[in-house]
Amino acid sequence: MIPTALRGASKPWLLLLPLALFLCTFFLVPLGQVAMMSVTEPEPGFGNYAHLAGDALYLQVFLNTFLTAFGVAVGCLLLGYPLAYLMAQSSPRVAALLMLLVTMSFWTSFLVRTYAWMVLLGNNGPLTALLGFLGWDPPPHLLFTRFSSTLAMVHILIPYMVMSLYSVMKRIDPALLRAAESLGAKPWGVFRQVYLPLSAPGMVNGATLVFMICLGFYVTPVLLGSPQEQMVAGLIGTQIEEFLDFGQASAMAMVLLASTLIVLAVYHRRFGLDRLWG
Amino acid sequence: MPDPYLQVSALTKSYGSVTALGGVSLDVEKGEFVTFLGPSGSGKTTTLMIIAGFETATSGTVKVGGRSLSNIPPHARNIGIVFQNYALFPHKTALQNIMFPLNMRGVPAAEAERRARAMLDLVGLSDYGGRWPKDMSGGQQQRIALARALVFEPSLLLLDEPLGALDKNMREQMQIEIKRIQKSLGVTTIFVTHDQSEAMTMSDRIAVFEQGRIDQIGTPQEVYRRPSTPFVARFVGDSNLLPGIVLDPEDGLVRTEHFGLLRLQDRLPSAIGAKVTLMLRPESIHVAEPDARGAADRPNRAEVNVHTIVPYGESTLLIGRSGGADLRIRLRAQEADGIGSGTSLDVLWPASAVHAIPAA
Repeated sequence: MIPTALRGASKPWLLLLPLALFLCTFFLVPLGQVAMMSVTEPEPGFGNYAHLAGDALYLQVFLNTFLTAFGVAVGCLLLGYPLAYLMAQSSPRVAALLMLLVTMSFWTSFLVRTYAWMVLLGNNGPLTALLGFLGWDPPPHLLFTRFSSTLAMVHILIPYMVMSLYSVMKRIDPALLRAAESLGAKPWGVFRQVYLPLSAPGMVNGATLVFMICLGFYVTPVLLGSPQEQMVAGLIGTQIEEFLDFGQASAMAMVLLASTLIVLAVYHRRFGLDRLWG
Repeated sequence: MPDPYLQVSALTKSYGSVTALGGVSLDVEKGEFVTFLGPSGSGKTTTLMIIAGFETATSGTVKVGGRSLSNIPPHARNIGIVFQNYALFPHKTALQNIMFPLNMRGVPAAEAERRARAMLDLVGLSDYGGRWPKDMSGGQQQRIALARALVFEPSLLLLDEPLGALDKNMREQMQIEIKRIQKSLGVTTIFVTHDQSEAMTMSDRIAVFEQGRIDQIGTPQEVYRRPSTPFVARFVGDSNLLPGIVLDPEDGLVRTEHFGLLRLQDRLPSAIGAKVTLMLRPESIHVAEPDARGAADRPNRAEVNVHTIVPYGESTLLIGRSGGADLRIRLRAQEADGIGSGTSLDVLWPASAVHAIPAA
């Protein structure tokens, strides 16, 4: 509800103005510049895009990015579903506590968490030592692989998945589960036939969010991932920092942006964007 | 004598120190329609949920066809339930909803569909099989829920306040509809409601619940005419409850606090001087003929000063005062014409209309 005083002014959109100005100045204008650069640097035309389309390395990186993002979304789903289910079945107090634990990782610095993974997964780290102790000889290299970057990104993004799932699961009417049971469904049947389909919107929402955020991830894959299996954001960084190739980097950024928008558009067509955040 | 079909014996249920059920027992014959009537929190839904298997009794047993249900999970009890909000699966069509219990029982798809369609015909929604629950009215959802609860030929049908969400007209229509379907299938049915008119119109027998116990079980007529407790008298229909003291048990004479002498048709089981509550239904009170006035000391007669008039259309409720207490009188609408607030009325009632409730 808009308070009467503001409605009286009949310009509720004024409330949007500060944020709109901020986004315009610091996001849309620079984005426009990037778009501009992608077709003007070093010379006008679509040379940068043509180059990308013909570059096997770039296509490979792009494919890696999608596969990694997909893997992270699946990982988040597999780990997050049981937890969200538990939360939805718990009393509001316990659910709030679990939610607090899940979102606690939001409070810790992103960089700190990434470095923590480096310590945990490093060659002299506890996990490698444990695997070695268990007879894995020589112990595997965990760090700087797709595995390590996927693991860390799952850790970072899982709260989005849990929140998406929880908000949908919480709205599943318990009477439906009882009804299914009374109609002869065994516990697995109740889950498979009723709970799972009714929680599917949460799975789709969570997976879409995680997938999209993951497409543009920079720090984690750069610090933890395999240099041979770079993701797009990392490659863009390399283009700028090492080759000062702003045109090429801008074109890549635009393609990345376009793919994210395509994912969103597909989601919107199928489910409606207004439902993405639960 | 054969065992009753459904046998509920001495059910109790406590939540910590709170007692929800304090020993509920009842027997239901095969094919019978029994209503659990009572206010919320009286234990009727708890009893239903124990029968369904969603709650566990603290003590007591439930048997169907002589077999104890105690260790049988809900999915294996073969009991059809219609829930308060219907609980139709929103991601399945009407037909898929009805087929669900058959699918769960491994009935081949073709046969399941045939039986589900037969149920759709029975509830009068033959053309609605492809509809989604959200595209159906409350009454239609109700029928689908009923069809779904009956399609697998359950040994028992439980209805948990199924008409609460419907508007008045729809509710009356569904009362008749449910009764028709129940009769045609002959399924033993327990119906939970807090609406006494629903209980009266639908039931073979009514069990009136109060505070975790059954106060009375009987046919609608028995419960209405001969309530066994003041609570039942108040909860089922409108009533006047008149406290009094027994004067002559043989002659059925009671002196009431506010309405003088009352005579009952039957002799009283209580001794002289015993306290008793008399129940008098408002509709059994009539206005006395004008020529028979002035006999305030005769039994079953009172002079009241009308102070409230509530028209119900076909009848009118008058509330009159006499000797410091109210008397509720229900007259046919025409009989009440000309009676205004402040009118003094000489009323009487037959001895057969007075029922004595022994003091608890």
